[in-house]
Amino acid sequence: MTAAALQIDHVSHSFGATQALTDVSLTVPRGGFTALLGVNGAGKTTLFSLITRLYNNRSGTIRVGGHDLRREPSRALARLGVVFQSRAMDADLTVRQNLIYHASLHGIPGRLARPRIDEVLDQVDLADKADARVSALSGGQSRRAEIARALIHRPDLLLLDEATVGLDVKSRAEVLALTRRLIARDGVSALWATHIMDEIAPDDDLVILHRGEVLRAGTAAAIAGSQGLTQAFLDLTGVAP
Amino acid sequence: MTHPTGSARGWLTAFMGISRRETLRFINQRGRFLAALVRPLVWLFIFAAGFRAVLGLSITPPYQTYVLYEVYVTPGLVAMIQLFNGMQSSLSMVYDRETGAMRTLLVSPFPRWFLLGSKLIAGVIVSIIQVFTFLAIAWFWGIRPPVWGYVAVIPALIVSGLMLGAMGLFLSSAIRQLENFAGVMNFVIFPMFFASSALYPLWRMRESSPLLHDICAFNPFTHAVELIRFALYLQVNWTSLAVVMGCLAGFFGAAAFMYDPQKGLWARRKGGPA
Ligand SMILES: Nc1ncnc2c1ncn2[C@@H]1O[C@H](COP(=O)(O)OP(=O)(O)OP(=O)(O)O)[C@@H](O)[C@H]1O
Ligand SMILES: [Mg+2]
Repeated sequence: MTAAALQIDHVSHSFGATQALTDVSLTVPRGGFTALLGVNGAGKTTLFSLITRLYNNRSGTIRVGGHDLRREPSRALARLGVVFQSRAMDADLTVRQNLIYHASLHGIPGRLARPRIDEVLDQVDLADKADARVSALSGGQSRRAEIARALIHRPDLLLLDEATVGLDVKSRAEVLALTRRLIARDGVSALWATHIMDEIAPDDDLVILHRGEVLRAGTAAAIAGSQGLTQAFLDLTGVAP
Repeated sequence: MTHPTGSARGWLTAFMGISRRETLRFINQRGRFLAALVRPLVWLFIFAAGFRAVLGLSITPPYQTYVLYEVYVTPGLVAMIQLFNGMQSSLSMVYDRETGAMRTLLVSPFPRWFLLGSKLIAGVIVSIIQVFTFLAIAWFWGIRPPVWGYVAVIPALIVSGLMLGAMGLFLSSAIRQLENFAGVMNFVIFPMFFASSALYPLWRMRESSPLLHDICAFNPFTHAVELIRFALYLQVNWTSLAVVMGCLAGFFGAAAFMYDPQKGLWARRKGGPA
């Protein structure tokens, strides 16, 4: 039996007196799109920082593709592709230079990286921008470039932290559609953190995170019930998304 | 697929990638290169020429004859280039942290000490390019150490560059915000430079203030300067070498500790990963 793309069990995290996450457990199945829905301060980024080992996770376990992050950090990280909430590429370098650099961070030499870069740029529809400086890209283009960067080493699991923040409606839809396409076609799995209801489809797996706690997990349709997702979220958390 | 950290080739690729990025960014920022060069040249052309009249130097090792003040001050200016370079790269670390660049570096499957060490070495390579550009101009200005000195100084530059870079790395882990960098200038670069043997020999310092002399003698920057000075004249200053190596180990160890997720200092920082 193959392990889940991501398996989190009983993870808590605090910053001094601030309890950011309390006993969080969740599973991202292979080849699935899992939405992590929560308002500002819910703990989404903190959870991502634990999964990417920026913070040390002291309680509970995190497994990426079956690899325990604490015992096999290198194997777990090798399977992750991450799109952070903030910009991660060098603005004064070209898209291609950035991608070569990120390929090298995964041990992929230039000889193998070059064809792979053409491939991922094609996937995110940026083939014509390969030699443009990142600073010359639009918001939507640079988000897609970030996704290309996250894909370069063929990760099994994509983590996207509010990947559509700051984008207009059209670019937002494009980035979302791109992520869904990657899942359908290449079998990657994705954990999509957001506070925007519209981005969630009825068939998606959904985890509602609020004040550091998982309030509900299941398919979006089941959680929404007959009243709709917005009302269900309001009932659960007491705040409007 | 083979695991990236499973072969020597993978490690080499990662190291080359990190060096390439640092050099590319350096080339792209031509202003930074010019500033790094103009600073010591201003000292050499203007200050040194002015001080020459005021400061009489007796024969100080490694020099075997009386030397002009310009000649005395050159190794200090070389170390200054490396000091600024080390601080500059710590600035870029803080900058990288505020954008997501540091986060993407740290989620690489390679261990953190290796990633930080690679960044450090890349910075030293850049600083050595700057130093040799400066020494070439100084040669036309009449500052001509023995030819083999240019070769002998390379290992010294590597060690001192690593030490100053590691110091920057450590500071970058301690600085919370980009704005605090002005503070680093005032409280680190200037005191380290002025309270050292870069501008005047330590024995002269003792004449005016024994306390200042002791501070200078403890200053790791003094030892970086002396290591470079002796190497340029084909000698090894063993005390300085030991001090520089010791400080290198200390600073790098402290930086690796601060950036290690297991130690949690990174986690406790406010305004850290957002
Ligand atoms: N470095 C830190 N130091 C102290 N407290 C922090 C730190 N990072 C986050 N917190 C706190 O932890 C809680 C969760 O924050 P987090 O950034 O994970 O939320 P989020 O769901 O990503 O929110 P947003 O939608 O605004 O990005 C908040 O109460 C926040 O104030
Ligand atoms: Mg967040």
